[in-house]
Amino acid sequence: MNTLPRWVEILLIPLINLSLALCVAGVVIALVGEDPIRALSVMLKGAFVFSGGLGYTLYYTTNFIFTGLAVAVAFHAMLFNIGGEGQTTLGGLGVALICLALGGVLPGGVVILFAIAGAAAFGALWALIPGWLQAYRGSHIVITTIMFNFIAAGLMVWLLSGILRGGNQGSPQTNVFAEETWLPRLHEIVRGLGFDAASSPLNLSFVLALLACVGVWLLIWRTKFGYNLRALGHAPDAAASAGVAVPRMVVIAMAISGALAGCMALNEILGVQHKLVLNFSAGYGFTGIAVALMGRNHPVGIVMASLLFGALYQGGTELDFEFTSITREMVLVVQGLIILFSGALAYMITPWLIRIFAKGATRA
Amino acid sequence: MLEGAAELWIDALRIADGTVRVAVPLILCAMAGLVSERSGIVDIGLEGKLLAGAFAAAAVASLTGSPWAGLGAALGVSAAFALLHGFAIITHRGEQIISGVAVNILAAGLTVVIGIALFRQGGQTPTLMPEQRFSPINLPGVESIGAIPWIGPLYAELISGHNLLVYVAFATVLGVWWMLYRTTFGLRLRAVGESPAAIDSAGVSVPWLRYRAVLIAGLLCGIAGAYLSTAHGSAFVRDMSAGKGFIALAAMILGKWRPGLAMVACLLFGFLETITPRLQGVEIPIIGEAPTALIPVLPYVFTVILLAGFFGRAVPPRALGTAYVKEH
Repeated sequence: MNTLPRWVEILLIPLINLSLALCVAGVVIALVGEDPIRALSVMLKGAFVFSGGLGYTLYYTTNFIFTGLAVAVAFHAMLFNIGGEGQTTLGGLGVALICLALGGVLPGGVVILFAIAGAAAFGALWALIPGWLQAYRGSHIVITTIMFNFIAAGLMVWLLSGILRGGNQGSPQTNVFAEETWLPRLHEIVRGLGFDAASSPLNLSFVLALLACVGVWLLIWRTKFGYNLRALGHAPDAAASAGVAVPRMVVIAMAISGALAGCMALNEILGVQHKLVLNFSAGYGFTGIAVALMGRNHPVGIVMASLLFGALYQGGTELDFEFTSITREMVLVVQGLIILFSGALAYMITPWLIRIFAKGATRA
Repeated sequence: MLEGAAELWIDALRIADGTVRVAVPLILCAMAGLVSERSGIVDIGLEGKLLAGAFAAAAVASLTGSPWAGLGAALGVSAAFALLHGFAIITHRGEQIISGVAVNILAAGLTVVIGIALFRQGGQTPTLMPEQRFSPINLPGVESIGAIPWIGPLYAELISGHNLLVYVAFATVLGVWWMLYRTTFGLRLRAVGESPAAIDSAGVSVPWLRYRAVLIAGLLCGIAGAYLSTAHGSAFVRDMSAGKGFIALAAMILGKWRPGLAMVACLLFGFLETITPRLQGVEIPIIGEAPTALIPVLPYVFTVILLAGFFGRAVPPRALGTAYVKEH
């Protein structure tokens, strides 16, 4: 039945879904009374052409790679981790605790290494508990991870308005970390090498995100664990009777997923804010779902989808300057549509693509 | 002495009154989720439908001047989102969770985009005049009964003086209960959530049953939205649903997918929210100052603990979350 060529699966279908989403969004823009083509060109210029635009695009891309990978790893085991928001939040807490405790005590590079471990560990913990509850207590992971998002948000309000609040901070946030723990910005590195580069928040965590992609690829496609994970996702019963310890796999898969989501805090907290603030996860965890869907749960696809969403986000901020009646929230609409077309309605387009390609095959 | 007790009584009534006001949208959304989930369809898009309903109600009430037109728009918009969810997961057997996420994100984006285009107030609607909102209704005899000590205030403060949608919400609980347990439709709805194959072999259409369930859920979320922006509040503010759809989901689970219990859970959550500001700065023995910042988290913690089976057991409908593929 499923006889689609690989390039159709990997390239054409995501492109069709993206085009559908952009078309519907274009209709919305036209209804609002603006020119959709001009909006698109403003977004493209904002994302790639304007000074610093590309840096900002890649900075957003970094967030999406981490959250997209997080969703994808869980997806491979047929688990819906929609708790990326909470896991990222906890990752930020891990970073902050390490930096506030060790910053200025240990050398900056060492603290950064600990902070990376802290982000991963705290994110992993926040996903591991829902994983454990599903594996051993039978509660549904979707509901638990949703609840954990809200619990994390509440926890953060409590901590940042209480014990973690910085001494001279007017709003609920921690003190600024010691400067040697900040992740270096890429434009500083490039300038250090003698080239010119526009300032942007893009920092070393972009490189870490790419490394994470390689790591996930190795893990899922090149290890026994990854093989079992995919087996579990395809046919849980068969995997179980083949000797895969299903509950343990669920817990580990969720822990890895959570660790990746937690690492998004490296970009936002260790790379840009340099202090723990409220709501820095800002919906990136949810966007990770769209990224994983578009990227077909493969690291290469996820990098491409993240780049797309990074460009949409950065281009979206440009909309605020250029138009009076459309704003960056337009990007949310596009994002929702992409999730709709490439996720919820994934089976709508495939059947007639199969028909088209079956016809082509018989003619040839 | 007696005077002190009377004052305490009035205070308790005020808390109960506040509880009801906060619980209304939760109750409506919980009933929406319940009808949907009883038919086997997960609905994490309650939040988005609530938000879209709230926007539609305030926007149309502001443009036409009529809260009824606003309510109609809320019903229509929320139902449209519900049917989109249905189209994706019933007709095309898409993933229910993903479809719900899409609904939530679409609603969050569209309400702001359209709001800015229509009103140019940063995503808000203009503040509604009293005649553009659902105003409090004084039940008959408030004057005379209200004068009676003890019972009077109960009638005047708690039972009378709410807007129409509050009474609709409580009537909905009864209505949903009656529908589920006393009608053929309800019987089939519960059956399709447990075993769609059995319903199918009995010659009843599974998709049609589920579409109706999804539609009911949409309409109820629409009423809840109208309540938020045109009855309880007096304008739409971006993200005004603020997680209420998810709290309702939690209440529905805590209520073990049963209307009465779910309503009690909603009232409990409403109560927690109402007393939170009153506990600010209150010293509790041993603990010290009450950690009021943590109270909003309690509904979610309760839900996690219940789902994990540490107290009681909440068993969801058996076919929940799975698409039905007709066998030929």
